[in-house]
Amino acid sequence: MTDVKTIKAGESLESITLPPVSRIDLIKYAGASGDFNPIHTIDEEATAAGLPGIIAHGMWTMGNLTKLFTPYLEDGLVTDYQIRFRGMVFLDDVVTLHATVKDRDEKTVTFEIGASKQNGDTALKGEAVYELHGA
Amino acid sequence: MFQDAVGLKSEKIKNTVERGAVKKFAESIGDVHPLYVDESYGKDSRFGKNIAPPTFPRTFDYGTIKDLHLPNVGLIHGEQRYHYKRPLLVGEDVYCYAEVKSYAEKDGKSGNMGFLTLANNGVDENGEIVFESTSTVIISETVRRKLNV
Repeated sequence: MTDVKTIKAGESLESITLPPVSRIDLIKYAGASGDFNPIHTIDEEATAAGLPGIIAHGMWTMGNLTKLFTPYLEDGLVTDYQIRFRGMVFLDDVVTLHATVKDRDEKTVTFEIGASKQNGDTALKGEAVYELHGA
Repeated sequence: MFQDAVGLKSEKIKNTVERGAVKKFAESIGDVHPLYVDESYGKDSRFGKNIAPPTFPRTFDYGTIKDLHLPNVGLIHGEQRYHYKRPLLVGEDVYCYAEVKSYAEKDGKSGNMGFLTLANNGVDENGEIVFESTSTVIISETVRRKLNV
C-alpha cells in the first residue's frame, strides 16, 4: 500500500472508482446532510430547473473524494481541502477519485485532487494539504 | 445589493457532533472507517475519541444572517474550502456561525456573474477555532434581476 510518509512528488494515492450513482445514494446523502434541494432527488424538479435529470449534490462528490485520505487519518491531518465544482454528476455516472502529490517536504504533502467521470469529464478539481503528525 | 452584505455575520449556534449523525453521514458517503463509527477504536486512537469526516460540517446549523436574502433556486455552488486546526470529535459541542466574506461581479461567457463567498466557521468550548470553511456561490444576472438586487 502507498505510504503517505514516503510518497514522492508525482506519485498518487490509490484511486477509488465509485459504483454508478444511484438515486438511493442521493436520497441517503440528502437525509444525512440535510440538503433537501429537490434537484438532487426528484426528476420533475430537476427538469423544471432546466437540467436533463437529477444531479448529485456537489458536496456528495466532495465527501466521497475525502475518502482517499481515510487510510491516513491517524498519521496526520488534512488541514486544507479546496475544490472547484467543474461539471455535473448525473445518475449512472461512474466517478473516479484521485490524488497526486504536487510537492512535499518532511512535514507537509500537497496533493492535486479531483473527481472525473467515465467520459473523461472533470466533476471536481482542487488541492489538499496533508500535515504529518510529529514530523 | 450583495456588496452591502459583506461583513454581516450570524449569531453563533451551538451544534453537537452527534454519534448517530456522524455514522449516518459516513454511511452516505461510503466512508465507514472505525475511527468515525467504532467507539472502542476511537478510544484507543491518538484522538481518544471518534472523529467526524472532513465534510461533516455541511450538516451544522450556522444561524441566519439578517438582511442577506439568497434565492433557494438558481444558485450554483462554484467552490468549497475547508481549513482544519484539528479534527471534530464525536460528542463535542461546536459553536457555528456564518459570515459574508466577499462579493464580486465578473463578465463571462454566460453574461455577468456574481460571486458571493460565505464563511461557515466552528469554534469549540474554549473559544478555539476548529474549522473554517468557505463556499462560493455563483448568482447569474437573470437570477439577480428576479431578486431586484
